[in-house]
Amino acid sequence: MSATVENHELGGPHVSDHIEELSIRDLHAFYGEGHALHGIDMTVYRGELVTLLGRNGSGRTTTLRSIVGLMGRRTGSIMLKGQEIIKASPHAIAHMGVGYCPEERGIFSSLNVEENLMLPPEVAAGGMSVEELYEMFPNLSERRKSPGMRLSGGEQQMLAMARILRTGANVLLLDEITEGLAPVIVDKLAEVLIELKTRGYTVLLVEQNFRFAAPLADRHFIMDHGNVAAVIHKDELEEKQHVFDEYLSV
Amino acid sequence: MLTDLLGIPPQVLFGQLMLGLINGAFYAVLSLGLAVIFGLLNIVNFAHGAFYMLGAFATVAVTQYLGIGYWGALIVAPLVVGAFGAAIEYFLLRRLTGVDHLYGLLLTFGLALVIEGSFVKMFGASGLPYPVPAQLTGGVNLGFMFLPWYRGWVVVASLAVCIATWFLFERTKIGAYLRAGTENPKLLQAFGVNVPLLTTLAYGYGVALAAFAGVLVAPITQVSPLMGSNLIIVVFAVVVIGGMGSIMGAVVTGLAMGVIEGLTRVFWPEASATVIFMVMAIVLVLRPAGLFGKTA
Repeated sequence: MSATVENHELGGPHVSDHIEELSIRDLHAFYGEGHALHGIDMTVYRGELVTLLGRNGSGRTTTLRSIVGLMGRRTGSIMLKGQEIIKASPHAIAHMGVGYCPEERGIFSSLNVEENLMLPPEVAAGGMSVEELYEMFPNLSERRKSPGMRLSGGEQQMLAMARILRTGANVLLLDEITEGLAPVIVDKLAEVLIELKTRGYTVLLVEQNFRFAAPLADRHFIMDHGNVAAVIHKDELEEKQHVFDEYLSV
Repeated sequence: MLTDLLGIPPQVLFGQLMLGLINGAFYAVLSLGLAVIFGLLNIVNFAHGAFYMLGAFATVAVTQYLGIGYWGALIVAPLVVGAFGAAIEYFLLRRLTGVDHLYGLLLTFGLALVIEGSFVKMFGASGLPYPVPAQLTGGVNLGFMFLPWYRGWVVVASLAVCIATWFLFERTKIGAYLRAGTENPKLLQAFGVNVPLLTTLAYGYGVALAAFAGVLVAPITQVSPLMGSNLIIVVFAVVVIGGMGSIMGAVVTGLAMGVIEGLTRVFWPEASATVIFMVMAIVLVLRPAGLFGKTA
């Protein structure tokens, strides 16, 4: 039936299935007059990696923007680590350990690679060190003094990931991180996500690329017209193939 | 002794160059403040001239009532006026977030009229004298010109403030926040930076720069309620020439325009009042984003 009922036997030792890291109830969000989210419910457990799948305009990006506080008007409830954040300001939400990687990557062009990397304030202890990040993304290390606007799409994406891993955020909201990237970089990002899972990060991944997301995710939220249309556990991928076909095929 | 250059006595030429450099220093500090404010708030701060005037009046006031004199005023006046500016951002300008830039311009223009009008009412339009600080009276004869110490100090102090501001923006963490906030304030806030606070501080800093220029100018001109509105139009032209929102652009263009104005006063005195606007027109045609502007 609903998402929460199906959640009890989540795979992987990394998932703490009793701790609700993020719990969204009846979330509505609006762009001006436009009603973008129509009361979504969603629970994500600590250490889980879930995807938000759906067609363009189904409300996936809006869901992430609502969580980080970037939507002007939203109603309902968003509990993060047990605290209500529906009325919190974006900077306060970030300091609760949320790292946001926007779809457009948001690399600041007037800052160089290192400044971009060091820009987000530390929000919690336990973030990765700069050395660790340069090891994870060697390309960035070579280009640390390059201005942000000179980077390739793949380098920008790595930088956008690296800079939120430095801050100690352990709830990551990643929007279309593989979009338009070469396969070798997509593979690299998959490696990084697997590493993050083993370290216990909670990840919400908005993806178009189902083949990228399928082997990584614990559960998939299928979004349609501003609603959560279905929740599919990773063990049900085959039997629920028709759901993917119904909501994701163009 | 140098002989005449192109029929111009060197005393006249260098005298006007020096004057141009001083005016340029004021243009630089004022347009720098405008650039800082425009960068983060996207507001064309029409009240800038009024804050400059407030800086000069604050200099007179702290000297008269607190007895701390010019050197104290150099610190206190920018702090007080900057705090006043920060309050204006917090209580008024912040409410304009998300509406057309034009409203910011109208609000600050209205503020300028209110502030200047109240000062005319209280002090009259003629102005108050302020003495040059005792340590900087007199000057030195350089052979080709006479350099009053105070004027040399104005150029040095202005440049020091410009360089300090450049350093703040380009080499510090808070500068990285300010640059990032200029580009994408929402994302910066989503990273955990208190952007509303940063914006208030940036406005206060821009206003403090205007007040600092006001302190510097107090011993040179009459301190009068309308001194800012006379200057601010030229400063806006300088900002348009340099390009909105560029720190280096504001400083370099400010100094250059002052010098060009000074030279014009030597070689074509009739045009000296308009030369900056002619340069502005030409720049707008050839490079609409300004000499240092990044986007059109």
